[in-house]
Amino acid sequence: MSQIEEVSIEKFKHLVSARALTGETMLLNMGPQHPSTHGVLRLLLELDGEIVVNCIPDIGYLHTGIEKNMEAKTYQKAEVMTDRLDYMNTMGNNLAYVMAVEKLVDLDVPVRAQGLRVILTELQRIASHLVWLGTSGLDLAAMSMFLYCFREREQILDIFELVSGQRMMTTYFRPGGVWRDVPVEFEKAVRDFIKIFPKRIDEYESLLTKNPLFIDRMVDIGYLSKEVALQYGVTGPMLRASGVDWDLRKVRPYCGYEQYDFNVPTRTEGDTYARYLVRIDELRESLKIVEQALNKLPLGPVRSENRKFVPPPRSEIGVSMEALIHHFKLWTEGFPAPKASIYSAVESPRGELGLMLEGDGGPKPLRVHLRTPSFDNLSVLSQIVKGHLVADLVAILASIDIVLGDIDR
Amino acid sequence: MDKKLEPVVKNIQEKFGATYEEFRDEVHLFLKPEQIVEALTILRDEFNFELLSALTATDYWPQETPRFHVIYQLTSLEKNLSVQIRVPVNGDSPKVPTATGVYAVANWRERELLDMFGIEIEGHPDPRRILMPEDHVGHPLRKDFPLGYEEPQFTFNFDEIDLRKPYAKE
Repeated sequence: MSQIEEVSIEKFKHLVSARALTGETMLLNMGPQHPSTHGVLRLLLELDGEIVVNCIPDIGYLHTGIEKNMEAKTYQKAEVMTDRLDYMNTMGNNLAYVMAVEKLVDLDVPVRAQGLRVILTELQRIASHLVWLGTSGLDLAAMSMFLYCFREREQILDIFELVSGQRMMTTYFRPGGVWRDVPVEFEKAVRDFIKIFPKRIDEYESLLTKNPLFIDRMVDIGYLSKEVALQYGVTGPMLRASGVDWDLRKVRPYCGYEQYDFNVPTRTEGDTYARYLVRIDELRESLKIVEQALNKLPLGPVRSENRKFVPPPRSEIGVSMEALIHHFKLWTEGFPAPKASIYSAVESPRGELGLMLEGDGGPKPLRVHLRTPSFDNLSVLSQIVKGHLVADLVAILASIDIVLGDIDR
Repeated sequence: MDKKLEPVVKNIQEKFGATYEEFRDEVHLFLKPEQIVEALTILRDEFNFELLSALTATDYWPQETPRFHVIYQLTSLEKNLSVQIRVPVNGDSPKVPTATGVYAVANWRERELLDMFGIEIEGHPDPRRILMPEDHVGHPLRKDFPLGYEEPQFTFNFDEIDLRKPYAKE
């Protein structure tokens, strides 16, 4: 048994108030194994009775060195690492990565693949918001929400299994398109979901939106002003709940988002309840996009014909020498990318998911940086939690919608 | 280059003598470490770059001068523009001044720089490691930091590898 090191207050002196040093306020450890911290997040709280004076988040418990690992893999192989990043948004991470690679090597993507990407990332957004809704309901003692939300999420995960063979770690999008075309059952599965889901959103709302207990716990809790949000680099639903109309799907359309008709829900209140309402509205908007994209989905190829980057189909390898050579080259060496750096960003359920990809002329990236939204969104926590009760901290943390895999990378 | 970005680039070029590179419509401005805080302030206040989207670095080891590029990715919500600022830093005692005064988000991102690259941040209010354990030695995202592998254990060599395998001590 090794000695347990006593942590002295000297280490945190610059982070806590002067009252902590005299023992007037109490320092309390919350997490990392606490059910309402949504993973392994540790919070060091300075408490005056029940009131939070200071909150010092301690992250890194889930750090797996994804950025470093990606540097050691070729561009095709590095993609599987992105699934493990934000495990509630695997399709969105794949999209961010393949779009960055496509931008770096200048690769075209067929229209059908673009449509499929939109359908699946929007379904993923719904699934992610459902997990958020279920778990934040659970945090505020609305136990049944969790079960209802996971019932619908299951339906989405079944669609993912249908197209990619995997429920969570999909790696379905590939540079230049998608892995393979969707099976014939896909359309019916998505249509079933579109038919059933609007009623289910109404059901959730009837349970929560006007529930006095729920409103009591949410309204005027964790107010985040527009200025502070921008200072702390907050993006996504959290920023939109503070009154900033900024959605990358709208302002910098990618994958053909410009052809779909959808609104960007915004609120000006900036509190926990506003964040809840924005996400509920986003469920409806995402469903609208899924329906339009499915109606517009054209027939055609799902992978680019550029054989320097995209492997040929199996049927060609037996009859074409060039196809065999390309296949061999791609799977033994990978494709080279120029010696340059690009930054490409997509709107993940949590905010701007940016990828800085730098090539060195070879088949492996020189540097991959993942600008993950949860990281910056969490950094604002210590600002908005001051003066609230410990129980409110749980509500605020739930409304930030953090995923620790996304923060620690 | 975007038409709306031209005055921004021109202004920074004239004020700081910055050079710039362009690739796939993205503009990278190169500045010196001592200019960065002033440049960020100008970009935020005069050109509406309200959001510091990303702050990171790239290691060009074994090249030593400059070994690192510290990268600031800025976004303007009002004008819908992006610009990247790169600050080349040498390999011997790399340091940049803190940008926490301009963008509060820089606080955690700079701690990550310190942790992952060992780039010293001058004037940082809370210079602790952020992701790695406090007693960790080395900076993982440096190119001379080994990636590290685990030896696969099979039945015939299980015990042999198990003996030298580092386990957490009880």
